[in-house]
Amino acid sequence: MAADPVIRLRGIRNQFGAAVVHDNLDLDLYRGEVLGVVGGSGTGKSVLLRCIAGLRPPQAGRIEIFGQDALGCSEAARREIDARMGVMFQDGALFSSLTVRENVEVPMQNIRGLDAGLRRELADLKISMSGLPYAAGDKYPSELSGGMRKRAGLARALALDPEIVFLDEPTAGLDPIGASAFDELIKALSETLGLTVFLVTHDLDTLHATCDRIAVLAENRVMYTGTMADMLHVEHPWVHEYFHGPRARAAVATRERTD
Amino acid sequence: MTSAEGIQVFSGDLTIRSLPDLKAVFDRLDGPEVTLSLAELSHFDTAGAYALETLRLRLEQGGGSLVYRDVQPDHQALIERVAQAMPKPEASQKGQMSLTDLLEVVGRAVAGSGRFLLEILAMLGVFLARLFMFLRYPGQFRLTALVHHCDQVGWKAVPIVALMSFLIGVVLAFQGSVQLRQFGAEIFVVDLIAISILRELGILLTAIIVAGLTASSFTAAIGSMKMREEIDAMQTLAIDPATVLFVPRILALLITLPILGLIANVAGLFGGAIMSWIELGISPGMFLTRLLEDTSPRHVMVGFVKAPVFALIIGIIGCHAGMGVAGNAESLGRQTSSAVVRSIFAVIVAAALFSVFFALMEI
Repeated sequence: MAADPVIRLRGIRNQFGAAVVHDNLDLDLYRGEVLGVVGGSGTGKSVLLRCIAGLRPPQAGRIEIFGQDALGCSEAARREIDARMGVMFQDGALFSSLTVRENVEVPMQNIRGLDAGLRRELADLKISMSGLPYAAGDKYPSELSGGMRKRAGLARALALDPEIVFLDEPTAGLDPIGASAFDELIKALSETLGLTVFLVTHDLDTLHATCDRIAVLAENRVMYTGTMADMLHVEHPWVHEYFHGPRARAAVATRERTD
Repeated sequence: MTSAEGIQVFSGDLTIRSLPDLKAVFDRLDGPEVTLSLAELSHFDTAGAYALETLRLRLEQGGGSLVYRDVQPDHQALIERVAQAMPKPEASQKGQMSLTDLLEVVGRAVAGSGRFLLEILAMLGVFLARLFMFLRYPGQFRLTALVHHCDQVGWKAVPIVALMSFLIGVVLAFQGSVQLRQFGAEIFVVDLIAISILRELGILLTAIIVAGLTASSFTAAIGSMKMREEIDAMQTLAIDPATVLFVPRILALLITLPILGLIANVAGLFGGAIMSWIELGISPGMFLTRLLEDTSPRHVMVGFVKAPVFALIIGIIGCHAGMGVAGNAESLGRQTSSAVVRSIFAVIVAAALFSVFFALMEI
């Protein structure tokens, strides 16, 4: 893994009224890595994701994406950056009036010269790569289960082969089998497509299975970053409780059994 | 793409952006064995891998083959991943519609409307049963909810109902005066306005406006509770949704619709009187005398008899549509608009049946 940050956050400050969510937050995301972002409820994991994805400008700080200043740049440059990133929202956020295939085609409509037939074929490919059956392409989001909606959301996020993918709680609400299948999908896609993944999660199994590095949000900033092994030696009470609690022990045990 | 010693050398980008231009180049490649060197490939993505894979499948179908040379390992991995995930279209069943399919569609539609009528009847039954239950156990009745819904359904509809009816009175007086003047029978415009507003239009148009306002809001309110499983929660807590949700709403309509109808009648007559005064010079005093002398009170009764029926139709269709909402937002929207359409349609059908009935009974 080259020391080549594709995203650099410096001094980020986010607040809602008087409630400060982030203050002087620094974070680097390196090319090709899967970064898991964890933290207690209300520590602003999703806010941070929205902030980087350009959905919510921070009150202060600097965001560099692909070496460009993402906050001060022109709108055209920002769109260029956005085209190289994909976001999968918690429940897929699929357009409910379109079929899954049409949903995946939406980002491709901006590509000049791409005819409808080829677009449709590529959408089918993305749907199949996300682990959905072919017939799912003709279905509407309301006809899919939660896990399938998430996969379809991932297919749409990957439609243009982005370099960075943001995943917001990819395994929340899935059964354990569906969740671990999703973890494997993320791992496999990030390896073959060379994706950089920013992954917000609560799921310790996902952290074990997919993440190269973990960032812990606490006390309004990124308290610690490091590998899973590093996290086990952190003394901070919340982090210790998180990675040594009964659920964490169970996750480690499962990991060791399968490895 | 350059060709050297039978080896096709690809250079540059092979991505979703360059693919539209390159498609023609790939389509031209043909032969028993095509060798493709990817050493000079720079950007490569799944769309590019897909193009290579479709090329390989096309060549193999023609008995040829595609051989890659100098492939970088990560490109190789991507090609393999895409090859593994190539979508396999399943034959779709969409063919010509046969006669049996057509019959099936018709049959389902007929059965569906029959079931709809039964469900509406069931809803009416539940409403009446709960109403009688309240007569025996008045303590369970929710007066606060009833007052709240009366406010929502009745009071908020007063301005629009009054204005609409006033304008209808104006239109009737104006149109009537133009026609009646030809016979020198201007004074009969009073009868025209009084009978048409009191007997038919006042209550019918009020019901239509209320159907638009209220049936939709009943459906939206109950439907969104159904969507969030609130109604299921009520049932598990031994709270009867019919008692809590339907009865106060439908009862509020039963109480307020006749009052709204009365307001509409007054406003309509008032509009008619004003227009008659301006157009025909019939003074308000003369209008009133003529109205009291010539218009029998039975016209008013004929109008008001319909109000409770319309109220039941609107309330029951609105609540029924709300209970039909499935777990997603589209079905909420669909049910809301269908509640409005169905209740307006049903109100007009009922009005027509009443007309026929009263004509036959010579009332």
